[in-house]
Amino acid sequence: MIPGLAAGSRRPAHARSRLMASYPVMRDAQRAAEEAARDSYGRLVAYLSARSRDVAAAEDALGEAFRAALETWPASGVPERPEAWLLTAARSRLIDRTRRAAVRAEAAPTLRLLADEAQEAAAAAMLPDDRLRLLFICAHPAIDARVRTPLMLQTVLGLDAARIASAFCVAPAAMGQRLVRAKAKIRVAGIAFELPDARELPERLGAVLDAIYAAYGAGWEDAAGSDPRRSGLAEEAIWLARLVRELMPEAAEARGLLALMLHCEARRRARRAPDGAYVPLSEQDVTRWSQAMIAEAERELAAAASLRAPGRFQLEAAIQSAHAHRAVTGRTDWEAILLLYDELVRQAPTLGALVGRAAALGSARGPAAGLAALDEIAPRSVVAYQPYWAVRAHVLAGLGMKDEARAAYARAIGLSEDEPAREFLARRAGALG
Amino acid sequence: MIRPAFTNTEGEMNYMIMIYETEAAFRARSDEHRAVYWGAYKAYTLALKEAGVMTGGHGLQPPLAATTVRMAGGVRTVQDGPYAEAKEQLGGYYILDVPDLDTALGWAARCPAAADGAVEVRPVLTM
Repeated sequence: MIPGLAAGSRRPAHARSRLMASYPVMRDAQRAAEEAARDSYGRLVAYLSARSRDVAAAEDALGEAFRAALETWPASGVPERPEAWLLTAARSRLIDRTRRAAVRAEAAPTLRLLADEAQEAAAAAMLPDDRLRLLFICAHPAIDARVRTPLMLQTVLGLDAARIASAFCVAPAAMGQRLVRAKAKIRVAGIAFELPDARELPERLGAVLDAIYAAYGAGWEDAAGSDPRRSGLAEEAIWLARLVRELMPEAAEARGLLALMLHCEARRRARRAPDGAYVPLSEQDVTRWSQAMIAEAERELAAAASLRAPGRFQLEAAIQSAHAHRAVTGRTDWEAILLLYDELVRQAPTLGALVGRAAALGSARGPAAGLAALDEIAPRSVVAYQPYWAVRAHVLAGLGMKDEARAAYARAIGLSEDEPAREFLARRAGALG
Repeated sequence: MIRPAFTNTEGEMNYMIMIYETEAAFRARSDEHRAVYWGAYKAYTLALKEAGVMTGGHGLQPPLAATTVRMAGGVRTVQDGPYAEAKEQLGGYYILDVPDLDTALGWAARCPAAADGAVEVRPVLTM
């Protein structure tokens, strides 16, 4: 029995991970199948949801199709076109289900349309790609902002609710309920599977990109939450950003977001010393940065800039690009970084941007300027925000205000999630003497 | 009488953060790692207090100091040690007053025991 794929189960199917986990029985195809499963899952859910207007039903039908594949493929061999096989199987299940649920006459044309279209799609070399529409549905204004990223990760990538729950530090039962409610809302509210029109597009795309960035940030909120062993959903987020770039190559901010995440990802290995100790950006060994990823990030950022539609993600990517330049020049141009932060704070004054700007100010103009910028941030907003206290401790130490620095280090330690971060901050506090 | 409600008068919820520690963590309370151990808990407690979410809590002496009493079928047994043998044992608790479970879990993740032991979060019953 495959959990989550039980007959009549109303739980999300998590079909992609099941298929991937089971592929070793189909040895030769494994690697290709993993890629195909990741690519196909979202395509198939998108295609079926766009026509049935019911994401949950599409996922369930696809889950059953994947289960059937697991039962028949090991004996009969992987079909030449697995995606078409899965679509045909899912479609017939979806039609059965709809027929049982709705005997009303008006359901008939929809069913016929679904049957005919899916037949054609299965016959065609490539399934029409409705994933962009699905992404816009997941980040629709009518969907609770908290559930947009989880919804994307589940419907487009097939991740299961438990993994998503852990990444966002939410109880799995609560996460499961939120996902079910969100899908019910899409169906009941009749949210259209259409791309937003030109007037709405910038704002709607912003919501899609925010949700993707939130996936990257999950588990990494803290400046220190960067353990390479806990890569969280970074890979998934980058995959989604590549998908948006591929489907909307003219969207400058989508390319900016991809550049930003690639720059951050390029440094993953350098964030920890060989003994596991936390290494801050300013002390990272640049030879441990991934030059390939940095090069790709720079290409994306240049392509974004040539589209002449600036935005917050391009600014954030430019800040990371300036940091990356240290690998070439051996120094960090803090004045340039400060200018970028000034503009970022004008466009998107998030807490992260405000604290980042204060840190840049501290490095460019001295710790007193950094402290003044921190003092301008509303105290209520930072009670549980670790990076604020880490930066505050750093500038206070720079000013020689030892007692205040020690207290700020303690706050930062108490708000840290991982051991290396706590140790690093404790070492810094100890060095105050 | 127990009301089937977990909310206090302010509409916020109380959660108990139960700290399950490994043997190594219990040892670290008094061996050469004690400065690191207590430093981490002092910092965590400070962060909870400064955020205005902590309404109570205590650290507990190690499981070695525990005694367990049962009245099974009218027969009293008293045993040395905790009620159950487990890899991790209760080492202390905090009571937090926060709006929801998500917030409580966010704080639980920062508890030093989350890194090597386990941290259990439960809503507190209002009597």
